[in-house]
Amino acid sequence: MKKGKGKTIYKTLLCEKNSKLNIQHSKLIDVTYIKPAFRHPQLPTNKLGYTIAYYEGALSTLCAGCGHDSISAGIVQACYELDIEPHKVAKLSGIGCSSKTPTYFLGNSHGFNSVHGRMPSVATGANLANRDLLYLGVSGDGDTASIGMGQFAHVIRRNLNMVYIVMNNGCYGLTKGQDSATADEGSKNKHGDVNLFQSIDLASLAVELGSSFVAQSFSGDKEQLVPLIKAAINHRGFAFINVISPCVTFNNNPGSTKSYEFVREHTALTSKMDYVPEMETIATEYNQGEIKGITMHDGSVLQLNKLHEEWNPLDRLSAITALKKASAKQEILTGLLYIDPDTKELHHVLNSSDTPLNKLKEDVLCPGGERLKELNASLR
Amino acid sequence: MEPTNIKDPEYFHKVVDCQYACPAHTPVPEYIRLIAEGKYTEAYMINWDSNVFPGVLGRTCDRPCEPACRRGRVEEEPVAICRLKRVAADNKEDVRKYMPQGPFMPNGKSIALIGAGPASLTVARDLAPLGYKLDLYDEQKAGGGFMRSQIPSFRLPETVLNEEVNFILDLGIHTHFNQYVSSLKEILDKNYDAVFVGSGAPRGRDLPDLPGRKEGDANIHIGINWLASVAFEHKHSIGKKVIVLGGGNTAMDCCRTARRLGGEDVKVIVRSPFAEMKASPWEKEDAMHEDIPIIDDHVPKSFVIKDGKLAGMMFEKVHAVYEHGKRKLIATGEPEVFYEADDVLVAIGQENSFPWIERDLGIEFDKWNMPVVDDLTHVSTNKKVFFGGDAAFGPKNVITAVAHGHQAAISIHLQCEGLDIKNDRPSPMVNLQSMKMGIHEWSYDSYVVTDERYIVPQAEKTQTLKDRKKEVELGFNRLQGFKEAQRCLNCDVQTVFTENKCIECDACVDICPTSCITFTTNEEDEMDLREKLKVPAMNTTQDLYVSDLLPTKRVMVKDENVCLHCGLCAERCPTAAWDMKQFYYNVTKATNACGEKVLA
Repeated sequence: MKKGKGKTIYKTLLCEKNSKLNIQHSKLIDVTYIKPAFRHPQLPTNKLGYTIAYYEGALSTLCAGCGHDSISAGIVQACYELDIEPHKVAKLSGIGCSSKTPTYFLGNSHGFNSVHGRMPSVATGANLANRDLLYLGVSGDGDTASIGMGQFAHVIRRNLNMVYIVMNNGCYGLTKGQDSATADEGSKNKHGDVNLFQSIDLASLAVELGSSFVAQSFSGDKEQLVPLIKAAINHRGFAFINVISPCVTFNNNPGSTKSYEFVREHTALTSKMDYVPEMETIATEYNQGEIKGITMHDGSVLQLNKLHEEWNPLDRLSAITALKKASAKQEILTGLLYIDPDTKELHHVLNSSDTPLNKLKEDVLCPGGERLKELNASLR
Repeated sequence: MEPTNIKDPEYFHKVVDCQYACPAHTPVPEYIRLIAEGKYTEAYMINWDSNVFPGVLGRTCDRPCEPACRRGRVEEEPVAICRLKRVAADNKEDVRKYMPQGPFMPNGKSIALIGAGPASLTVARDLAPLGYKLDLYDEQKAGGGFMRSQIPSFRLPETVLNEEVNFILDLGIHTHFNQYVSSLKEILDKNYDAVFVGSGAPRGRDLPDLPGRKEGDANIHIGINWLASVAFEHKHSIGKKVIVLGGGNTAMDCCRTARRLGGEDVKVIVRSPFAEMKASPWEKEDAMHEDIPIIDDHVPKSFVIKDGKLAGMMFEKVHAVYEHGKRKLIATGEPEVFYEADDVLVAIGQENSFPWIERDLGIEFDKWNMPVVDDLTHVSTNKKVFFGGDAAFGPKNVITAVAHGHQAAISIHLQCEGLDIKNDRPSPMVNLQSMKMGIHEWSYDSYVVTDERYIVPQAEKTQTLKDRKKEVELGFNRLQGFKEAQRCLNCDVQTVFTENKCIECDACVDICPTSCITFTTNEEDEMDLREKLKVPAMNTTQDLYVSDLLPTKRVMVKDENVCLHCGLCAERCPTAAWDMKQFYYNVTKATNACGEKVLA
């Protein structure tokens, strides 16, 4: 056989293989950018009979090592462990690196990639039309603390029943890493420039604006993040989690206050938290006042092993105090910060129909000519 | 657990399951990649260096590599490693120019090789380029040993065998064919510097005490002897009704050969249950495909003679009972069954036989009448006499014989150089090289195809049963070979972790398709650590790769079990703490004293 012939065969075969896989780019074959279809053959299943693979999304195109991917993985894990049916989830986002992530988790769920900073409006509309879905909004520091600030404040004010996760990296990663509104004063960027402006602390703001569930976490600590996401999902009302998520490409340098190293060294915990589903409720223990159990509306329990002095998760003022004190010490306070388990979400306030609006048929929505006549008569 | 010492070549060697399982440790993934690239000659030479008979083994190997193949743990079937080897052999160009070219400068030492089977031929190939004078003795008329006399031509064409035997004989081996060695003393008296015994396990087991054995002798044949008679064309026919006794690969070769020599009603009757037969599953399939029923759970009781001629056999029906892991065959109590037969082939095993070795030569024999042989150096208690292949530790297979041959050749060479045959053995040749070419680019095809194992095409039964020499398997063509080669997971491309580069971002954990990687606190006890991984690592035959302590006081633990070697961990690692590095491990063969590699 001639040497050249072998090459030709090889190339033809590659093309054939690619066309089978619907890959346009013939070079793609040398690239590992296709996730293999095989999974661990002994993957466990949840109560619905799904493995965690059923909750995965497409392969991420974010930078290698991006904190956002860890948060995506945390969402996947939380939904898998809570036995959530993927078709009962709507994931929503705005614009930015963070807002690309819904493609990378829950591939079998509904999704809406909305306008920059306008995810809360879309979420509100969707929620009002169909209250039966779980609304999972992801946003970034730009999407929330800059262009979407107004929307953010109002969705909290309305106490919309949703999970709102901010993937907070303190910079605009999609446009080459300029400082964002959450970059700390004095933090240094990749080029050595120091940020001159004070930062917006989203967690404090959310507590201040009246959010009924506020937590803060770190993408590099899934042991803390996953139970927080689970608790947020089961909270009936607006649940906000601010997750510090380092930008490896533009904001992971010495001097940055949002790098992996800095966050790891400056984290203070409010508590060690465990989410206990209702089915396996363990009698809440009060060990010298240290472990506190908070019962959620569905009977599940948040077990808190308090680590922070003078902090009470049910008291808004103590949450603010704890946040401010930590910030003064250059600490990032993580864990559950505030929760109101008895809060009333938007549908409750509006006294809207228990049946989702989009399921109400004409016979219910249209009372008929007689009723219309009556109504008209009453207005004469 | 202690951090894994990846500097120990055996750690990564074990990850390359196929290579590790191969007695000769052939670098399997490397030659499979070459086949995919259409570089058949190069693929052949890697094989030739390591297992000496790629064309033969690509058709007949017992394939210890395939049950070990990682692919078999990820999906249903392993890669068809054995038949890919044949693709390389079938499509190679001129390979002789890459082989050592004689004549070689004599080193003044001479070696006798008894038996011209795969073990002796391997010793010959390894030692000839070093200048040894090699005298090869065999009772047959040509080299190859059992590869020639036992493996039927429809599985291994004579041309393929001749080619590979001749590659070795043409190195300048002095052959003494048609010469049965009847006394080792005579050989030793010729003052050879060393003698290598590769005389195989030539005696087929018989059933001498079964009633009717003597009376029916004319139609009762010992399987291996009968196969040899067919191979050397002393026998050309057999009766229409044939019973083959035994459940090993020899029985399969016997029954299929009988079908080609006129046997119309050929049966295999075996004592053990079907699933426990010693024959390889594919050989059983091939036999059944040729309309040969396999009747299991039948113990032979007597030969039935009518009018002074064999008429058939009586069998007792049994079933297997297991006690303390030991199998017992218990009679069912049913009346004995009769099967008609014109001829019976007895293929119930073979054993060693050394009537030609005098017992006063300083060679110690054990209670089973086997020579006492060191399993590393292959030396007997007479330091001039070495054993290898079936002659050393009983019947195994060709690839084991080759592995023995390499090791014996090293011992012989060390001894002739005045070195210690145990302590001066050469280390394996090991290399670890990054496969990174650029962003998202590796110098190996990391994509994992989902294709299922391809089936090797066979010639039509109507043709193959007519002609004893017509090869049944056609082998993969190049296209099929490419596709099958793509199923290889490249297990020799290792995931190598560097602790001090890791920022613990979890990217590798999140991306790993098979959930192999976990960052967690370490445990003293390995089982405790195995249990707390993302997916518990319950296959304890596969190692855990444990890193040193990381800044968060955790360690990285990777379960090697079902790693796809897809490179995504390294791809997603922002700091190159993970890298994909090709691990090349090659068993060093007998080399010159200066350390030059003989067969580069």
